Amino acid sequence: MPKSVFIVDGARTPFIKARGKPGPFTPVDLAVQCGRPLLMRQSFPETAIDLVILGCVNVVADEMNPARVASLRLGISEETPAFTVQINCGSGMQSIDTAFRYIERGTADIVMAGGAEALSHSPLVLRRGAVDWFARLNGAKTAGDRLKVMTGLKADYLKPVIGLERGLTDPITDLNMGQTAEILAHLFNISRRDADTYAVESHHRLAKATSEGWLAHEMLSTVARDGSVYDHDDGVRPQSDVRSLGKLKPVFERPYGKVTPGNASQITDGASWVLLASEEAVARYDLKPIARIVDSEWGALDPSIMGLGPVVSSAPILRRQEMAVADVDLWEINEAFAAQVLACVEALDEPDIADGVLKLEGAGGRIARDQLNVDGGAISLGHPVGTSGNRITLHLANAMKRLGKKRGIATECIGGGQGGAMLLEAA
Amino acid sequence: MGRMLSALSDRSRELGPARLAEQDGNWRSGMDEDYVYWLVLDCPGKSVNTIGRDVLTELSRHIDHIVDQKPAAVVIRSGKPAGFAAGADINQFKDASTGDIRGMLKEGHLVLDRLADLNCKTIAIVHGHCLGGGLELALACDMRIAVSDATLGFPEVMLGLHPGLGGTYRSTMIADPVEAMTMMLTGKSMRAKKAKSIGLVDAVVEERHVASAVTAALRGELGSKSGGIKSQAFGFKPARSLAARQMRKKTAEKAPKSTYPAPYKLIDLWEEHGGSPRSMQEAELQSFAELIESETSRNLVRVFFLREKMRGLRTGKSGVKHVHVIGAGAMGGEIAAWAAKQGFRVTLGDVALKPMGKAIKSAARMLEKVLKDPIKVRDALDRLMPDVDNLGVSRADIVIEAVPEKLDLKRRIYADVEPRLKEGAILATNTSALPLPDLAEGLADPSRFVGLHFFNPVSRMQLIEIVSHDKVSDETRDMATNFAVELSRLPAPVASAPGFLVNRALLPYMAEALIMVDEGIPKERIDARAEAFGMPMGPVELNDQVGLDVALDVATSLRERLGGSFPETPAWLRQMVEKGQLGRKSGEGLYEYDEKSKPKKRPVDALKDDSKDDPNLTDRLILPMLNAIVASMREGVITDEEIIDGAMIFGTGFAPFRGGPLHYARKRGVDDIVAKLDALKEKHGARFTPDAGWDLLRN
Repeated sequence: MPKSVFIVDGARTPFIKARGKPGPFTPVDLAVQCGRPLLMRQSFPETAIDLVILGCVNVVADEMNPARVASLRLGISEETPAFTVQINCGSGMQSIDTAFRYIERGTADIVMAGGAEALSHSPLVLRRGAVDWFARLNGAKTAGDRLKVMTGLKADYLKPVIGLERGLTDPITDLNMGQTAEILAHLFNISRRDADTYAVESHHRLAKATSEGWLAHEMLSTVARDGSVYDHDDGVRPQSDVRSLGKLKPVFERPYGKVTPGNASQITDGASWVLLASEEAVARYDLKPIARIVDSEWGALDPSIMGLGPVVSSAPILRRQEMAVADVDLWEINEAFAAQVLACVEALDEPDIADGVLKLEGAGGRIARDQLNVDGGAISLGHPVGTSGNRITLHLANAMKRLGKKRGIATECIGGGQGGAMLLEAA
Repeated sequence: MGRMLSALSDRSRELGPARLAEQDGNWRSGMDEDYVYWLVLDCPGKSVNTIGRDVLTELSRHIDHIVDQKPAAVVIRSGKPAGFAAGADINQFKDASTGDIRGMLKEGHLVLDRLADLNCKTIAIVHGHCLGGGLELALACDMRIAVSDATLGFPEVMLGLHPGLGGTYRSTMIADPVEAMTMMLTGKSMRAKKAKSIGLVDAVVEERHVASAVTAALRGELGSKSGGIKSQAFGFKPARSLAARQMRKKTAEKAPKSTYPAPYKLIDLWEEHGGSPRSMQEAELQSFAELIESETSRNLVRVFFLREKMRGLRTGKSGVKHVHVIGAGAMGGEIAAWAAKQGFRVTLGDVALKPMGKAIKSAARMLEKVLKDPIKVRDALDRLMPDVDNLGVSRADIVIEAVPEKLDLKRRIYADVEPRLKEGAILATNTSALPLPDLAEGLADPSRFVGLHFFNPVSRMQLIEIVSHDKVSDETRDMATNFAVELSRLPAPVASAPGFLVNRALLPYMAEALIMVDEGIPKERIDARAEAFGMPMGPVELNDQVGLDVALDVATSLRERLGGSFPETPAWLRQMVEKGQLGRKSGEGLYEYDEKSKPKKRPVDALKDDSKDDPNLTDRLILPMLNAIVASMREGVITDEEIIDGAMIFGTGFAPFRGGPLHYARKRGVDDIVAKLDALKEKHGARFTPDAGWDLLRN
C-alpha cells in the first residue's frame, strides 16, 4: 500500500527581478541561500535526508547537476544522492512529484525537493554562423588560411542571441510563449481589460500578504556577497492600477495584442525548497506536517495552447478522486500570463470543454477569484521557471493552513504544451 | 570525508618499499625492484617531522649504507600526512651553547654535503610543508619533485636567523637567486607551482603520479632547472651588488637593521660570496652562529616557544562544530567570518539585516584576501549563514555574544538564549568592558558562561583572552581554550578584572600619549619613539584607530573602577568626540586621514628643532604599561609571566624582538625600572607610582 507523504516545511528566496545583467546569485547560490536557514530550523539532522532533487531549466555551465552541487554546498552528506529534473516551467513541481513517488513507495523517508532558476544568468548564445566561423578558424593550419577565414567574418556573427529569448520560444511551432497566451485570449474571448484587472489584483494581493507577514516563514531574506540585502519580492508594484497598466503596449504581437509586460509574469531569479517526509519520519522527528500530498498528474496538449496545461493535468486528478471543481477550496494556477490563467478558469467552467474534452461529467465549474492565487502569483512575484512549480505547491500548503482550508490544487502550464498538477489535503 | 574515501585514504601516499619497512629511529628504508633506495622520514611520536641532530646522524648512517649498496637512485620523502618537514628542531637551540650549535651545524653540513656528493641520483619528494631545515635537506638532493599541495619556504628570518644548513647558497645556486633571496628575506612560503617557476623544484605532480615521476627522473626525462641562467648572471659581484642595494632598501621598509640584523646579514652574505658555494657555505656558518647569539634571535625564539606554550594550554578537542555569534557588528562579523574560514559552521544573528549585509561584505573581502582560492572562499561563505531568527542558538555548540557593551542588553539576550542552548553547549561573551560576574548574574547555570575576548582585526590579532569568573566550570574554560586553539588563535587565561590584561596595559600607554599631546609634544614624535621601541603602532595613532569615543569611554570606565591613579583625560578630547572627530573611522581625529584611511603624518626630521621633546618620552609611554601589567599580576588577573608576555605580543604587537614586556623588564632590571618610575612620579605625579607588584619580580 502506498505510504502517506507529507509536506513538513519549505522556504524560498525573495524573487529578484532580472535587471538586464547577471543578478547576485547563480541557481545553486539561490538554492543554498534558502536551503541553509530551512535546514537550520529542522528537528532532524542533515544526515536524515535520503535524497535531494532540484528542478532547474537554465543550468549554468559551472553547475552541472545543480542538485548535487547545492546538496554538497549545503553540507548535506556526500553519501546522499542528488539529481536534477527538468520539464521546463514544471521542473520545481517535478522534483516534488518525484520525491512523492520515492516516499510513497517506501524507498525514502525524508526528501528535499526544490527548484532554482537564475534567469538573469541566461547565457548569450553565439549565432550558428559564428560558431562555424570559429571552427574554421581553429581548423586553419597556415597563416594564409587563417587570414582567409578572418576575412569571412560577418558583422552579425558577433551579435549574440539572448539565450532566454530562444528558451521562451516553442521549437515546434516557433511561437513565443506570449503568443500562445494571445491565442488563448482570442479563443476564450479574454479582453485586455480583464487581463489587466487580473494583473493589478495579483500585485495587490502579494503586497498585502507581504505586509501582513503571511510570507514571513516562507520567504527568507538573503544577503549577497557585496553586502546587498534581499528581503522582499522586488517585482511587486502595489501602486499599479488598471489605468496605469492600460498604458503599456503589447510586447509580443503589435499593435493589436493583449499581452503586455504588465499582465505577463516577470523574468526573475529565485529558488524554493520543500521538505517531504513519510509518516514514520514525521513520528520519529516529531515533525509538524503542513499538508499531505494526495495525488499528482502531468498532462499534455498542443504546444500552441500550452497555457491550458493546468486544465488537462488537473482534470484527471478530479476524475480519479471523484471530485468536482467546487470541491477544491484553493487553487494556485501559475500566472504565466493573466490571459492564460483566465482561459483556464473559463475552460473548466465551459461544459463543451469540461465535459466534452476533459470528461468531467458535470463536475466542472467556475473557480471563484477569491479561491484562486489568493496571495498573488508570478505576475507580481515573477516566474523563475524551474522554481515556480515548487513555490506554488509550498505556498498552497501554507495558504491552506492559514485559511483553514481542506483541499487545494497547485498547477502550472508548461512551455511545449504540458501541464502539471498536485492535489494537497490539510494534514 | 565520506566513509569510502576515508577507508581508502591510507593507500594514497607512495612510499615505495619503505611503506612496509620497519621503523629504525626516525627513518624507514627499503630497496625496490628497480634498485631505488627509498628513505622515508617519519619522526616517531610527532605529527610533523623536524630536522634534529638525530635525524641527520641517522641519515649519515643510511648514506654509509648507500655507499656500500650502490643503488641506482635514492628517493627521500616523508611518511607524515602533514608534509615533508617543518624545519629545524628549535628545541635543540633552546638551552644549547653557541659552541654546541656551531658543532651541530658543522656536523649537519657534513651530512648534507655527503648526501649531495653521492654518485647515484638523489630525488626528494616533497608534499605539504617543506620548510627551513626540511627544504635544506631537499635542496641537498639532485632533484626535487613537489606534490601539488606542497608549500616551500625559509621561515628562519622570523626567528631572527637565516638558513643555516646550506640553504643560503644551495637555494641561490639552484633557483632564481633574486627569488630565492626574497623568499629567505620575507620568510614567506610559496606554493609548488611558484617553486617550479623559480627553479626551486624540478616538477610538480599529483600524489598519484609520484612513482611515475620518479621513473621519469631516473630516465632523465624531467625538465631541467630554470634557475641556472639567472644564477650565472649573478655570478658577478657588480650584478649582485646592484640587486643587494634594492633588497636592503626593501628590507629597511619592513624592519630596521638595529633590531632585526638577520636579513641584512643574509644580503651581505650573498653579495659577498654569491658566486662561490664553498666560501658562501663557510660564511653562512659564521653568520648563522653570530645571529643565534644575538639578543633579537634569542627573544624571537622565546616568542616561538611562547606561542607553543599558549597553544599547549589546550586539553583536547573542544567538540565544537557549530558556532553561533550574536551581533553582526564589526567584532561579531569578524569572529563569525574567521570561524567560518577555520571550517566551523557559523550562524550570525542580529536583529537587523543591514549590519548583516556589512558583515557578509567584509567577511567576503577578508576571505578573498586570506584564502585566495575562489572555491574555498565560496565554501567558507556557504558555512557562514546570516540568521535573523537566531535559529543557530539551539544548534550551536558555542554561542558567542558580541553586542554593544550594555549590561541590560546583554542580560536580556542571555535570558533568551540560555534556555535554548543545547546540552553541553557553552555561552561566551566578547565583552571587553563589563565584569563577568555581573553578566553571569541571572543565568540559571553560570558554570557554562565564559569570556572569549577577541582582538581587532580577528584575522590578524592572534590573541584571545579566556576570561574566567568565580562560577565558571573547568569544563567550560577548557572547551573555550580548546576552541580558541582550533580557531588557530592563542588563548591566554585571565580573571575578570577591569580591562582584563591587554586593555588594562594598553590604556596608560594611550592615555599618557594624550597628556603629551596636551603638553605640546608633536604627535609624530610621540608615535615615532614608540615605534622605535618596537610597538607596531604609536599611541597617538592607536587612539585614532580604536576611535576617540571608544578610548574616552574605556578610559572613563577604567578610571571609575581602578581609582585615582589613572591619568585624567584632557578636556579637548571630549570636545573632539562631541564634534564627531572620532579618529580614523570619521576621517579626522588626532590626525587627519587621506582617502586610503592613512594618517597624514609629518616626517619627524621635518619637525622644528625647537619643537617640544622629553628625554623620558619612551619611558613615560612604556613604563606605565609595564606597571599596569605588574599590577595585574599582583592582583592575580594572570600570573604566568610567559603567558603575559605572549598575550602582550600577540594581542598588541608588543616588540617581539624584546621577547615580551616582562622579559624586557627583567633584562633591564626591576630596580632600574622602579627607580625610573619613582623619578617620573616626582615630576609628573601619582600615576607613575610603582606598583607593589614589582616585588614579585625581584626574586
